[in-house]
Amino acid sequence: MSIFGLMWASLFRKRTRTLLTLLSLMIAFLLFMLLQAISNAFASSGSFNLASIDRLISTPKYSIIDSLPINQQQQMLNIEGVEAVTHANWFGGNYQERRNFFPKYPVDPYAYFDMYSELVISKEELDAFAQTRRGAVVAASLAERFGWKLGDIIPIQGDIYSMQNGSRLWEFELVGTFTARVGESEAPLFLFQYEYFTEAVADYSKNQVGWWTIRLSDTDRAAEIANQIDLLFENSQDPTRTATEDEFSRQFASQLGDMGFITAMIMSAVFFTIVLLTGNTMSQALRERIPELAVLKTVGFTDTLVSILVLGESVLLCVVGGVLGILLAFAMQDVLGSTLGGFIGDFEYSATLIASALILAIVIGIVIGGIPALEARRLTIVDALRER
Amino acid sequence: MSEIVNCRDLEKTFIKGKETVEVLTGINLTVDEGDFLALMGPSGSGKTTLLNLIGGLDHPTAGIVSVSGIDLNGLSSSALARWRAVNVGFIFQFYNLLPVLNAQRNVELPLLLTKLSRSQRTKNAATALEIVGLSDRAKHKPGELSGGQQQRVAIARALVADPALLLCDEPTGDLDRGTADEILELLELLNRDHGKTIIIVTHDPKAANHAQRTLYMDKGKLVEEATA
Ligand SMILES: Nc1ncnc2c1ncn2[C@@H]1O[C@H](COP(=O)(O)OP(=O)(O)OP(=O)(O)O)[C@@H](O)[C@H]1O
Ligand SMILES: [Mg+2]
Repeated sequence: MSIFGLMWASLFRKRTRTLLTLLSLMIAFLLFMLLQAISNAFASSGSFNLASIDRLISTPKYSIIDSLPINQQQQMLNIEGVEAVTHANWFGGNYQERRNFFPKYPVDPYAYFDMYSELVISKEELDAFAQTRRGAVVAASLAERFGWKLGDIIPIQGDIYSMQNGSRLWEFELVGTFTARVGESEAPLFLFQYEYFTEAVADYSKNQVGWWTIRLSDTDRAAEIANQIDLLFENSQDPTRTATEDEFSRQFASQLGDMGFITAMIMSAVFFTIVLLTGNTMSQALRERIPELAVLKTVGFTDTLVSILVLGESVLLCVVGGVLGILLAFAMQDVLGSTLGGFIGDFEYSATLIASALILAIVIGIVIGGIPALEARRLTIVDALRER
Repeated sequence: MSEIVNCRDLEKTFIKGKETVEVLTGINLTVDEGDFLALMGPSGSGKTTLLNLIGGLDHPTAGIVSVSGIDLNGLSSSALARWRAVNVGFIFQFYNLLPVLNAQRNVELPLLLTKLSRSQRTKNAATALEIVGLSDRAKHKPGELSGGQQQRVAIARALVADPALLLCDEPTGDLDRGTADEILELLELLNRDHGKTIIIVTHDPKAANHAQRTLYMDKGKLVEEATA
């Protein structure tokens, strides 16, 4: 036996109590890992936004998971002040591994690059894109990241969309790359033909787009035109919500902010409860152990050593609970990742996240064990033995 | 024989709120090495208090306690803790074993403070258990042992660091006659064959029969000495 062995054994003084405490710590840390990972994944997918003030974005009114019918395009073009309209879908899907996250959009080749003039592509490659049914063009940085060369076949495992024949394996041929104009940040986009997409995709997803991008001839009227578009579809089956790209990304950012805030609130509540409950358990455990601690002092353990023992136990308990929670989070990563992976970016636990969970565990251990440790330190042998 | 315990004009006063309780009022006591001393007296006469002072568990209000030539007043509380680890073994009425540890580990406890290797600690603990006749119960937890067996484990724990002095506060107070006699015989053996100096506080006149001499306390004073 060692001092550590003594600590470990003391922890299991009341087995059921310790196991229940461990369970609640484990759940708290699982929650911490999951919420934090989700929040991080959202934040990282938010950084891909292209934003400009002379463009409007029109999304389904109630949920970005809904879709809009392709025939809205002509109606929008009829509105005065609308110069061009194009569309994209959030395709989701995975390339090889889920961690290889990048946005994939089916688009109208000419219209899309016309709309996003900050994306630079050669005329030949754009033509090839328009002419190759399963063609794809990608951000140059993305091609570099995966070592793709022109002519490569890139398999994407669909998660949101399956093909008409039931297969989820979509294969695209790389026909070109594009870069961002100097001064613009390059999103790691993967673009392929909408025409091919809507033809190949299962029936219920045909002729649907995820959102519209609208270029205005008169940016001063942006708010008015956005309003007009929404009014146009208000009473249809597919109402829209339209805003400038700029505002859209601001809203997205503020939602991310809210999400971070909510996560922080939930976790504070969880850990506050944990500290109260476990703290109470720890003080109760200490009271039961007063004669034992007196004996340790009697046989020569110093006051400091006894208080270290008590503090160490509490830290050990929290660290074990934390580690169990982290392990459970990893065990759930696959299930959750495949469910959420299509909508959010990398669902993974960074080293920073793991480290902060462990530090949190140690801090909670110190908070919980602090007072009992002080009490244990102050305990005088003679009084403790008389209390029997 | 050389003296191991020397108390000079020992006084102990407890202050409880406004009340001061004078528990020991001028104790003079010498115990020789190899002695087996029984301390008797009515409840509340200060026996436990005196024993605690001799064992360095508490500080006197006035007077001197020296053990093996060391003045305990001069030691800080952590120095006193280290001194206890090496120089005294305590045995209490209620055994005070750690319920989460088996007999072997309870006995090993005081050795955690020493520089002994893990295997040496295990070996010494096994030897101590052998002396008290409990080798076959080494892996049992206190809850799985009888009162007498638990007290033997407590005695082994008091012995394991090989202190010269054993202090026992009513070690048989919670045991039946037969078991109590076994424990007393064990203490006698430790005194006779292992040369331990023993001071035992007891209410049991038969316990005193095992001792070489008996001192009586009343109202904080040693009143009379009888030699067995
Ligand atoms: N820590 C303390 N605070 C206040 N009073 C104390 C304290 N310790 C002992 N006393 C008082 O000192 C007196 C002697 O106590 P002590 O425990 O030494 O008696 P004892 O002879 O061992 O009695 P018993 O035979 O019942 O064990 C008692 O009146 C007790 O109430
Ligand atoms: Mg007493």
